[in-house]
Amino acid sequence: MKFSVEKDVLAEAVSWTARSLSQRPPSPVLSGILITATNGTVSLAGFDYEISAHLEIAADVATEGTILVSGKLLAEICRSLPNATATIETDGTKVTLTCGRSRFHLATMPVAEYPELPVLPEVTGVVDGEAFAHAINQVIVAASKDDTLPILTGVKMEIEDDLITFLATDRYRLAMREVHWKPSQSGISTSALVKAKTLNEVAKTLGSAGELKIALGEGNELIGFESGNRRTTSLLVDGDYPKIRSLFPENTPIHATVRTASLMEAVRRVAVVAERNTPVRLSFSGDQLSLDAGTGEDAQAEESIEAQIDGEEITVAFNPAYLSEGLNAFSSEYVRFSFTSAPKPAMMTAQSSLDGQDSDEYRYLVMPVRLPNLPN
Amino acid sequence: MTQGKVRAILHIDMDAYFVSVELLTRPELKGKQIIVGHPGERSVVLSASYECRALGVKSAMPMSIAMRMAPHAIVIEPSQGLYSMYSAKIMEIFREVTPLVEQLSVDEAFLDVTGSIRRLGPPEKIGQMIRARLRSELGLPASVGIAASKFVAKVASTGAKPDGMLVIRPEQTLAYLHTLPVGALWGVGAKTETVLREMGVTTVAQLAQTPQNTLSRRLGATGVHLHNLAWGLDDREVETEREEKSIGAEETFAIDLWDEDELRREILHLAHRVGARLRAAGKVAGVVALKLRYADFSTFSRSRTLPVPSNGATELVAAAEGLLEKLGPRPQAVRLVGIRAEKLGDAGGGMQLSIDPREEHWRQTEVTMDLIRSRFPAGALRPASLLDHGQKEKKPEQGS
Repeated sequence: MKFSVEKDVLAEAVSWTARSLSQRPPSPVLSGILITATNGTVSLAGFDYEISAHLEIAADVATEGTILVSGKLLAEICRSLPNATATIETDGTKVTLTCGRSRFHLATMPVAEYPELPVLPEVTGVVDGEAFAHAINQVIVAASKDDTLPILTGVKMEIEDDLITFLATDRYRLAMREVHWKPSQSGISTSALVKAKTLNEVAKTLGSAGELKIALGEGNELIGFESGNRRTTSLLVDGDYPKIRSLFPENTPIHATVRTASLMEAVRRVAVVAERNTPVRLSFSGDQLSLDAGTGEDAQAEESIEAQIDGEEITVAFNPAYLSEGLNAFSSEYVRFSFTSAPKPAMMTAQSSLDGQDSDEYRYLVMPVRLPNLPN
Repeated sequence: MTQGKVRAILHIDMDAYFVSVELLTRPELKGKQIIVGHPGERSVVLSASYECRALGVKSAMPMSIAMRMAPHAIVIEPSQGLYSMYSAKIMEIFREVTPLVEQLSVDEAFLDVTGSIRRLGPPEKIGQMIRARLRSELGLPASVGIAASKFVAKVASTGAKPDGMLVIRPEQTLAYLHTLPVGALWGVGAKTETVLREMGVTTVAQLAQTPQNTLSRRLGATGVHLHNLAWGLDDREVETEREEKSIGAEETFAIDLWDEDELRREILHLAHRVGARLRAAGKVAGVVALKLRYADFSTFSRSRTLPVPSNGATELVAAAEGLLEKLGPRPQAVRLVGIRAEKLGDAGGGMQLSIDPREEHWRQTEVTMDLIRSRFPAGALRPASLLDHGQKEKKPEQGS
């Protein structure tokens, strides 16, 4: 095998493929990147039984062939190469990588032992990459990072015709985001539970440019994503996801709208005196939102910001981290809080102007902290 | 420590405390061989009278061995409530002497009486006065050690036992310390003693003459600390408030355990105990640790941070079971299991509500259980899956 390609192209391809490799590969060959050179194209592949990654780059192929080399080492070498054309050439069981005046020799692993990569299921539809990435960033905020409940480390994707709904929760907050897409056939109705980590990776590396193809396998064991010359597959998370859609309230008699940036700043400041996991209290009253944190014996902080309130006065306490992380997911000028009553959860939605309507494309719901001195 | 001022520290240790308390209600047993402890196979001696100690019986010794040494000893089952009741009275007497009381256990404390000397007289007079009050007001004997540091005072009270007092003046400290074996030093347990013995060090005098570097190579920071102690150097203050850093409970099984269900039941049981203690202390746990000891005494401890600090047994159990899972299949029978709540925080900050209303229900159920248990004897109320477990303790042959 022998091919040449610009160093930048090679480095980018290798680093993307290497990202999908496991830190602790289930078998030694899976620490490798499989490189296949055929007529004018070189493909790179990585696999850890759960996630697979595959990409193709155009290259000047002199001799066709397939090799398997350590992904970690190859990625490190590629990062350090000088700016020049890189040539990869096999010589018996050794591989030589030449770039400018540097030359590296690497050992290869037996290609025959490398498992077959899962086939990308048939494409189910297409979504705008950027819209997908934005949606994922907003929804994974609420996904659990605690693996005691593996199901909650996943994001639920519910597909109904031309609408995908993403749902995530760690039991203390929920996020729901809707995205329109173009299904390849109408009337589709299915769902999948995908690890938040995987979706985040897809959003980062495949969501930046153009269309993103989504492929859901038969029996929903596997999900695939494809963008340009890159594709990745991931096993779905097993288990029954809690029915959280109904937890977003339909009728909310109390609304309050505040400037997103002002509230974010205020929460950040007030939370300085809130010790680990003690709450920040929000009182909506008149045309003000007052925040306070801390207890009488220790440090205290207060701040007020302007708010447009519709409905009766309400005071609720929240974990400041849940509040900031939620606010952070909004890019809108204003954010609307909707309550049924205290101490019920607060639902946050985006709003572009103070008097405008809110958009329920993205909904973030935070469960409150029950304060000892507040009535139930 | 205040520079230049010689401190007067008392270490007061009750003599055979549990036995002495039991004798208050059964004076007819005075002078007899008595052991306080559960008569069970795996339990240990909680306290032994001096008549038993003469035969070699020590506290924390397995009951079976103790019974071999003192076959005629009378075994008394411990009555917990009584010990803490008298303990409170003992500490009250101490606090009338000085507010600087550091309680080490139910029957042991350090007192810094430096500031009480002008009011009450020299330390030895204070020591005698306390001993006299303990004797006349409570009928309990105690030994007192007096020195310029906590550690020497502790050594002195050991030397004073039983029912005595030993004063070690600063100028006598080294001469006295250097007559002792290393085991007499506070903090030298069986392991450290073995390491020291391998180095040829068996007495405090030898320890003092061993270069500090040599000690720290073998024992790390402990080595340096012990070397300081061997020279009578200890400037630790009497700490009046000992903030609880963790709350835990553990259980040694009567018979090493293979049964996974039984193990999980014990974890549930321990989690309820730890949860109740956390709630009683007004604390929440940030971290939960699980300890597992196998039949060969190999011990594994694993911990994890809770998503939200909690004092609910349900959350403690979930974390502990997750840790158990991570340890993989049991390679041996389990001898001991323990749960510890760490990174404790104040529970007063409010409770993070969950989308799952069952969590809140559980929390309220547990608070109700605390209330009921506070009015009725322990064991009256427990999770259904533990009912069987409770009966098992009395009827070990009972299945399912």
